[in-house]
Amino acid sequence: MRLAQRAPIPLDATLHCAPGETHALVGPSGSGKTTILRCIAGLHGAREGRIACDGAVWYDAAARIDVPPQARSAGLVFQHYALFPHLSAQANVEAALGHLPVRDRAARAIALLARVHLTGLEARKPAQLSGGQQQRVAVARALARDPQVLLLDEPFAAVDRVTRQKLYRELTALRRSLALPIVLVTHDLDEAAMLSDRMTILHRGRTLQTGTPRELMTRPADPLVARLVDMKNVFEARVVTAAPGTTGVAWNGTLLEVAGVPRFAVGARVCFGLPVTGVLLHRRDRPSRGEHENPVDGTVAECLEIGEDMHMGMRVDGAPALLWLKVPVHVAQRNRIAAGETIRVSLLADALHLMPWRDLARDVPA
Amino acid sequence: MDWTAFGLSLQLAAWTVAVLLPLGLAVARLLAWHPFAGRRWVEAALALPLVLPPTVLGFYLLVAFGGNSPLGRVFEALTGHTLTFSFAGLLLASVIFNLPFAIQPMQRAFEAIPTDVRAAAACCGMPPWRIFTRIEFTLAWPGILSAMVLTFVHTLGEFGVVLMVGGSIPGETRTIAIAIYDRVQAFDNAGAATMAAVLLVLSFIAIAAAYGTARPRDIHVG
Repeated sequence: MRLAQRAPIPLDATLHCAPGETHALVGPSGSGKTTILRCIAGLHGAREGRIACDGAVWYDAAARIDVPPQARSAGLVFQHYALFPHLSAQANVEAALGHLPVRDRAARAIALLARVHLTGLEARKPAQLSGGQQQRVAVARALARDPQVLLLDEPFAAVDRVTRQKLYRELTALRRSLALPIVLVTHDLDEAAMLSDRMTILHRGRTLQTGTPRELMTRPADPLVARLVDMKNVFEARVVTAAPGTTGVAWNGTLLEVAGVPRFAVGARVCFGLPVTGVLLHRRDRPSRGEHENPVDGTVAECLEIGEDMHMGMRVDGAPALLWLKVPVHVAQRNRIAAGETIRVSLLADALHLMPWRDLARDVPA
Repeated sequence: MDWTAFGLSLQLAAWTVAVLLPLGLAVARLLAWHPFAGRRWVEAALALPLVLPPTVLGFYLLVAFGGNSPLGRVFEALTGHTLTFSFAGLLLASVIFNLPFAIQPMQRAFEAIPTDVRAAAACCGMPPWRIFTRIEFTLAWPGILSAMVLTFVHTLGEFGVVLMVGGSIPGETRTIAIAIYDRVQAFDNAGAATMAAVLLVLSFIAIAAAYGTARPRDIHVG
């Protein structure tokens, strides 16, 4: 799929999703995720572009091909499910079974509802179902046409956390049984990382980077992607040495060693990113293993206990922003770490990731 | 009781509803879902019968239907009768002065259907006619029914426009509202009271039935 237009919603997007793959489209609100999904379903036409599925061209602006949604084999689960409020769960599913003989529709709808664990609730109308049950009806309806692609538009946004966890497990089981491409739109990075095989980061209608969740989280293509995947540690530096297998960068008066094939010339201005898990806290009572690896001293400025982890913002003299790391809460307690305490950390050379320079004040996502 | 006038009123109301139902559905859907330049002017024009004095509207319709107007001349050439002071002219006037009563409730009902519900119907493979009958019409039914009832009872009770365009020709243009007026003019208050009571009860029952049947459904999407 390739789409481009300037107005009304700017788009410059490319997406490829293989059969059996779950591909997450991730980006902040207003980045064009839903618009792309609607383009694939045939509910919106971009000015330029081409959409093909399993060899069939659904949209080609240059060739003036625009197959209507009715003729596209796409199952779409809407953000708020868009169930037909006056029809029962079974009738909602039957509404998408127009391609079957009338006598076969009821049995097929009941089987689809059973597949999403809604046996016994066939006669209920959407208003009589919980949010999670409504979502399941929407999934059953989307699968009813035996689609060639399944499109999920923020399908977990309207349910509570407990239900969401349950639905995650159900979707994971469902996708194993389906050999079709699934495109999942979400603004939740954790959700995307958990459910998808590959992710595409979208910003202002433009696809910035595609890769596995781990690649995107640890090896963003540039500082903007790093910000969008919520990489907290992104700083500016300058390349000072380049040797096989390692690059030396000067950051804030400290020489940092970055592992990997050098990609930037000596003297180049770069940015580097570092996941919070790539910052190793040294113990106070005895030297830590690897304490000679890019050691940095600083003062704890912020401590945030989130679940079982303590997220700490460390102020390094001269650095324009805090350096973030996380440790288990019990480790923080054992080391008596609190705001104002001085600590030493190592920035792991394997985790440091160099990127082309970009003004970090630009394009800061909301 | 002038049963001829009463029958003519029922006939006029039924025909007005029959004409305005398809016309109103088409216009209401257009206004609800298809924004276009100048929509506000179209909506304002359609709402005019609500605020214009019936005599003003009746006067313009009289001029527009008259023998000197293009419409009046074409009608006369085709049928051999004048459009004014005829049942056909009365029906056309009735359709025009009922436009807001038919279109506005339908438009609001269509506007209340979430866009995604219609999109979902298309994604389910339903052809447009089936989306209309199975989804849109059913969900908009309370508004459509209200529009039909309002149009019907408003036609029964309309006086000013009917008098201006149709006059008071027994069996042709004298509706029950005109008949009541004629009775009062003739100092037959008892006759007028009977017909007024019939009109009152009929209108009340129709509106109450519509309210009962067309109570908004619990439309809950998401």
